Amino acid sequence: MHNIPTPYDLIEKLQDKIQSCIDESTCLVGIPSGGHLIINEISKKLGKNLNYGLIDGSFYRDDLDISGVNIKEKTSSINFDIENKKVILIDDVFYTGRTTRAAINELFDYGRPKEILLFVLVDRMQNELPIKPSFSAYELKNDNGDYINLIDKNGILSFEVKKIEK
Amino acid sequence: MKNNFQVSQNGKLKHLLSTDGLSREIIIEIFDMAESFLKISSRDVKKVPLLRGKTVCNLFFENSTRTRTTFEIAAKRLSADVINLDVPTSSQSKGESILDTVNNLIAMGADIFVIRHGTPRIPELIAQNVGNDVHIINGGDGNHAHPTQGLLDTFTIRRFKKDFSELKVAIVGDIKHSRVARSEICALSTLGVPEIRIIGPENLMPDDLDHLNLIHFNNLNRGLKNVDVIMMLRLQKERMDDGDIPSEEEYFKQYGLKREHLKIAHPDAIIMHPGPINRGIEIESEVADSKQSVILSQVTYGIAIRMAVMTMLVSKKV
Repeated sequence: MHNIPTPYDLIEKLQDKIQSCIDESTCLVGIPSGGHLIINEISKKLGKNLNYGLIDGSFYRDDLDISGVNIKEKTSSINFDIENKKVILIDDVFYTGRTTRAAINELFDYGRPKEILLFVLVDRMQNELPIKPSFSAYELKNDNGDYINLIDKNGILSFEVKKIEK
Repeated sequence: MKNNFQVSQNGKLKHLLSTDGLSREIIIEIFDMAESFLKISSRDVKKVPLLRGKTVCNLFFENSTRTRTTFEIAAKRLSADVINLDVPTSSQSKGESILDTVNNLIAMGADIFVIRHGTPRIPELIAQNVGNDVHIINGGDGNHAHPTQGLLDTFTIRRFKKDFSELKVAIVGDIKHSRVARSEICALSTLGVPEIRIIGPENLMPDDLDHLNLIHFNNLNRGLKNVDVIMMLRLQKERMDDGDIPSEEEYFKQYGLKREHLKIAHPDAIIMHPGPINRGIEIESEVADSKQSVILSQVTYGIAIRMAVMTMLVSKKV
């Protein structure tokens, strides 16, 4: 059993970190679906003056014939210019780095940011690519390979943990 | 025979040969994926790398501008390599069989074939003779089927009308020779459209679709009463016999869609046409360009539908 803190505690830490590094060029881009839920939560505190967007990355993955395309309810939506902006990518769980790689690739089809940071709630420390979160609110040691993601159940956020059948 | 072998046992789309036999679940999956591709098509960078490394071969034995171009654009937007085989100058004209041509192209690394042929079921024949890693899309075969057109037309209806469950849809013209009409009718039926009307001269009515509860009309005014969707068809002159219609003028007089007809249909009715339009034969120019016309949207949505179909053929079933 994992002892991950509650999403709300981790989101607060993430929010404090964002506030400490925000400047006039910062925009926040969530990776659905977890990143979208986090953006919804933090936008209540950080207000509407920031640019918020979503980047899905599903069409940029490298495993079409292994995992298929998973069309999410929320797809990419960036209604502002990211050229020369500081983009903070936000995701719930960082695992192998492949989702982040796909999201970054897609982001570059919208423009050329000055800087991209990756902030996550949970880092599973299992990266398969030379990509690491710039900030993680919690580092999961001794990962047992369970499927972990952030879900919204009747307006309450929680981590869903499922055993993966091998 | 329904084309059930176009879907594998685990429900994955292997080939797209006909909308007949395609489940509602698969059609909706294609539509939902096409919605995502529409968003991509509105960006500055319209390309995604989903089919990088794959080769799509357009094998057209009949003329086509729109279908071939939109398949080519769709494949290129997915980052696939595209080969357009110019059939009149290919080995086919030296007597090579279609299967030999296809097998040679497979040996060169082709992954997806889009095949248009004047003879019904040629794409099906090819699909039965290729390996598991090769996918066939029917780009129109004789008067049999044109599934991507049927899907893009019903996708257009979904975008404008949202719900299929209370719609009255009229298909007008040469139904008998139209592969587009057959594919539309099968898709509309699967999607639960309760009232499908076919309107045209008696000798251009089909005799093989009785099982689908179509309502026949020979009179355009009566057939269009309160319909939500008017799908006009092109006269398939290349497949007609002499004397099928008295003259184009007479056909236009009786079955050409004119402004006065729009008062008979539902006020929000949409007007569709698969193209190419023969203005003044099937449809009055003013009507083709009217606010109710969604003909150009059909073309745009056709790219998204073809991107979705190609992606689903290659993608592992989720």
